[in-house]
Amino acid sequence: MFDPTEASALDIVRAVAMGATTADAVVEAALARIAARNPLLNAFSDITADRARARAASIDARRAGGEPVGPLAGVPFAAKNLFDVAGLPTRAGSKINRDRPPALRDSPLIERLEAAGAVLVGALNMGEYAYDFTGENIHDGPSRNPHDPERMTGGSSGGSGGAVAGRLVPLALGSDTNGSIRVPASLCGVFGLKPTYGRLTRARTFPFVTSLDHVGPFARSAADLAVCYDALQGPDADDPVCAARPAQPTVPTLAIGLDGLRVATAGGYFHHGLSPEGHAALAAVAAALGVTREVEWPGAAEARAAAYVITCAEGAALHMDRLRSRAKDFDPAVRDRLIAGAMVPASMVMRAQKFRRWYQGRILELFEEVDAVLLPATPCTAPRIGQETFTLDGLEVPVRANLGIYTQPISFIGLPVVAAPVPLAPLPTAVQIVAAPWREDVALRIAHALEEEGVVAAPRPARRVD
Amino acid sequence: MSAPDLDEFIAASARALALSVDPAWYPAVRFNLEVTFRLATLVSAFPLPDDAEPAPVFRA
Repeated sequence: MFDPTEASALDIVRAVAMGATTADAVVEAALARIAARNPLLNAFSDITADRARARAASIDARRAGGEPVGPLAGVPFAAKNLFDVAGLPTRAGSKINRDRPPALRDSPLIERLEAAGAVLVGALNMGEYAYDFTGENIHDGPSRNPHDPERMTGGSSGGSGGAVAGRLVPLALGSDTNGSIRVPASLCGVFGLKPTYGRLTRARTFPFVTSLDHVGPFARSAADLAVCYDALQGPDADDPVCAARPAQPTVPTLAIGLDGLRVATAGGYFHHGLSPEGHAALAAVAAALGVTREVEWPGAAEARAAAYVITCAEGAALHMDRLRSRAKDFDPAVRDRLIAGAMVPASMVMRAQKFRRWYQGRILELFEEVDAVLLPATPCTAPRIGQETFTLDGLEVPVRANLGIYTQPISFIGLPVVAAPVPLAPLPTAVQIVAAPWREDVALRIAHALEEEGVVAAPRPARRVD
Repeated sequence: MSAPDLDEFIAASARALALSVDPAWYPAVRFNLEVTFRLATLVSAFPLPDDAEPAPVFRA
């Protein structure tokens, strides 16, 4: 029997197209699932039920009338609450932004998914102003990991990871400045795509660090991720960073296999602090691909450090007025990082931007020798909610700032990455498949091949939890 | 920098930036500054030529 909450996005599209179900039935099932599961998982901050029902009815009517309904017809999705949703204040996980007037228009990525037939069912919980890797939120409560609700989803797109892993929706949108798509994808065991910097428009999203901000999709399969990503692509004059280059569809090449692809792993920095689970996941993926080559990834530690410096300074600059006028309305953990960031000397920030250029040059040289590099996504599986520190390479360090040590050196220069989940028990983790700029197709091809081999998959939460 | 030096730096910076920093927030702000300065030192120690270009985002 067709279960729309367990089905992939593409299964839903096929079922709707064949008349085996309707967009209305799929959306009702998603809304019922959200009503049942969200009180525990706390993935959704807003549920747009009326809008979703109207949209689904429109799709069914158009389909009945023989009109085309799009490559994602009837697929429910949700967006991190830093994306503008018409009629809602864009809270970006904060208390302060709730005083903003409701958005007048959806973010263009929501518009593009709905133009493809997908149906927005709500907005998703996130860490305040996207400045965390935990998925915890002092105002709305933590998003909870569907594989163990006592554990973190990871963040800052915590609701996005939890909603997809928990089968509340098959697709979600998130943002990733330093790892905020890839960390929750790893901790929740779902697929996440952080595209090339400038590939997807960030217009009508609430920013964090504009020189590092990316947006992208979550899904439970590489094929769903690809079809969603293809629907999101395209230039947008409303985001000056969005590339003018035309869309480069990835679905047509998704299943062509791995012939001709040169794939390697990288040691050094990316093995320091990595848990046994992380090593096991990486080894399983490398073995499945027959990868024996290990490359040197130059400057990773400095890249992570430079990303950290730029993030705190640029993030602080964004929030200066709010720090002056409403400091007590911030999450203290975010406020104190931003205040410190406001005090970082400009010379340190400029040095980090200079290093960024040098580092980009060396990594682009590396991608002349290989097509993709496999890296861990997180140093460990999901920590417990409330856990403030963990041991990394023998040192006790804050969880909040360090779950992204392997993701930061990649987003720092905007490389495209698929976080591919490895279904370890009891908790999943993910491997980053990193490709050269604008080669999302390569990372998606590899993720799809690994999925076909059964090495990567988005595991269903255990029945006792579900 | 020592903790008292950092606290002095925080107080002076807060005045310069017109930020009101509650005394109770100092330990966390100091901790975050220590981490940032340590990481910035790691970046600064990496040798780069004077003509190294930064990586701006703005594109005309």
